[in-house]
Amino acid sequence: MTVKTTTLTLPEEEFALQGNRACMGCGLSIAYRHGLKALGKKTILTVPASCLTVLQGMYPVSSMLVPCLNTAFETTAASASGIKAALRALGKDDITVVGWAGDGGTSDIGIQALSGAAERNTDFIYVCYDNEGYMNTGTQRSGSTPLGAVTTTTLMGKTEHKKDMPQIMAAHNVPYIATVSPSYPLELYDKFRFAKDVKGTRYIHILVPCPPGWGFDPRYTVEMGEMAVKCGMFDLYEIIDGVFSFYGQSQRIAKGKKREPVEPYIRAQSRFKGIPQERIDSLQTWVDRKWALYEQMGYCE
Amino acid sequence: MTSATASKNKKQTASETKILTANYAAAEAVKLCGVQVISAYPITPQTPVVEKLMEFVHDGSIKVEFVTVESEHSAITVCISASAVGARVFTASCANGLALMHEQLHWAAGSRLPIVMAIPNRAVAAPWNILNDQQDSISQRDTGWIQLYCRNSQEVMDSIIQAYRIAEDVMVPVMVCYDGYVLSHTHMPVEVPDPAAVKSYLPDYVPHTILDPADPRNINPVTLADPRLNAENVLCHGYFELRYLLQEALLRTPESVEKAGREFGRLFGREYGILDHYRCDDADLVMVSMGSLASEAMDAVDRLRDEGKKIGIIHVRLYRPFPAEIIAGAVAETGCRGVAVIEKDVSYGYEGALCTDLKAALFDYGVNVFAHSYIAGLGGRDVKSAELYDALSRSYEYCSKPEGSRRKDQEWLNCLI
Repeated sequence: MTVKTTTLTLPEEEFALQGNRACMGCGLSIAYRHGLKALGKKTILTVPASCLTVLQGMYPVSSMLVPCLNTAFETTAASASGIKAALRALGKDDITVVGWAGDGGTSDIGIQALSGAAERNTDFIYVCYDNEGYMNTGTQRSGSTPLGAVTTTTLMGKTEHKKDMPQIMAAHNVPYIATVSPSYPLELYDKFRFAKDVKGTRYIHILVPCPPGWGFDPRYTVEMGEMAVKCGMFDLYEIIDGVFSFYGQSQRIAKGKKREPVEPYIRAQSRFKGIPQERIDSLQTWVDRKWALYEQMGYCE
Repeated sequence: MTSATASKNKKQTASETKILTANYAAAEAVKLCGVQVISAYPITPQTPVVEKLMEFVHDGSIKVEFVTVESEHSAITVCISASAVGARVFTASCANGLALMHEQLHWAAGSRLPIVMAIPNRAVAAPWNILNDQQDSISQRDTGWIQLYCRNSQEVMDSIIQAYRIAEDVMVPVMVCYDGYVLSHTHMPVEVPDPAAVKSYLPDYVPHTILDPADPRNINPVTLADPRLNAENVLCHGYFELRYLLQEALLRTPESVEKAGREFGRLFGREYGILDHYRCDDADLVMVSMGSLASEAMDAVDRLRDEGKKIGIIHVRLYRPFPAEIIAGAVAETGCRGVAVIEKDVSYGYEGALCTDLKAALFDYGVNVFAHSYIAGLGGRDVKSAELYDALSRSYEYCSKPEGSRRKDQEWLNCLI
């Protein structure tokens, strides 16, 4: 990244309109707004069943200014492959194809199509906005729901840790991976901008705080995203052609800044209400092990 | 009624006769149709279609984007999205692969995209079976696709070319079905039409749905049942109306199929329609069937005719939309007393799907004949000419029975239980 975007240099042009159907305090709408700013006008989106379908509005009203092809739940990456193939066949090479799906649509039902498209190194950007559950349908567990979180299908709290989707994508050797947070929208913007100029399959994973699904006051969305990064539950990094590097808050941790404990982050969300201490310990251990591995890999200083 | 036999007014074009399986005929047809995106996943007995098309890509004889996906579900999805961008697309599948596509078949038809798919019909598991019957495509009859059934490689070649004309006319996707192995792997002489003539028959695709940043549209968002106002205060269709438009398009499809078949005949000398007839004049009994059974039964019908038993064959080329009026009229026109529907599928818990559809059409148009359902050839069970002869003889006996006693239980032909 050459020049970092600031609030003064962030383009004013909007592609996500106001008055959309997102919930109050929706982390996705921040990410979506800034992501589209970076992608720009010459973009075609394909979106599966998800909160984003709702956000974009019901026919014949739409809340965004880029074309979008809605597609079946498990098909995002295949749909993007089809769009790209047709654009190539028609000689339209200056359009960025973007599949934008939730964590259920990515790590669960859509993982086969995504794995296939990544293996083919299809020239597109895949965005997973991870709100850690099936929030659009009223908060059911997904493969990306963290340990201990109560959902309508994990009434006593989830008994398994979340799937590490960016690392699954790293195993596909795609040319670009970034993890981003709407709490750091300028960095999010810059990663999208960078991704736009890379050829091949690019994967961007966004941890999206979800006030109704996670159980916190909508005014704390940005803070919740920051807490997730500062305690190491979610880390900000890029993998460019296989080369891993932290950035932002996670880079500060990698350079020696003390990680916050996970407990305050957990206690701030009602989905973890009544979570036994051993599960908080288990989440802390999960984070510690992840960071020990980062050190082993030489990602820290 | 028209038939696929050569007509006299054949135009001189630079066609070429090749010995082709139905699979290769399908691939050759795709080559002629100016297809821009192909996506398919290999499955027996469709695999040679995919392989042949890839050979064409390799030797440069077609210029397409070929997306080698990881499943049939993705293959049809690629076609849907590519078609929405404005490309002419092709795929092929059958059996479990076609069943895996099921969700997206609805999606393709609901999106009104003119996708063409070749289906070498194969039995659906369980248990595993890779041989021919028509359960796979029959099970997809309610997805809103047009279904054409073929009797030989020539019909496969010609029907794929016509399928694009039909699909792009009514904006509904088309399945071109032909019996697996029986046709897909059997070599037959095929006249390959002149590419330039095909181009004049089938001009470049003009899409109605285009994903384009210059005109950003949100295609297929959540759509309520009732009409809603858009931002300009124009009342737009609800889901119910959009679905009605699909039905309306299908109901005018027979006309489009006839037109496409007629114009094809004018250019290439082989005319096509909705049904094909064999020795139906003053028949007392008419066998109704789809695909290769209709040609295999010709021998049995010849023998029966020799014995003075007046039996004919109606081949149903267009099964969906079901040409109810046309088929009821065709049955009535023969003056027959009954029909024997012999088919390689079953609507489990009832009878052959074609038989049920035909009965409904006959009832609706007041054609008072008996209809017998025969299930044959499931999982590639051989259907011998002698068995067809016996089955038709058995139904023929009902012609002389008094009215009211002509009903007959369905029969599973040559079932050894």
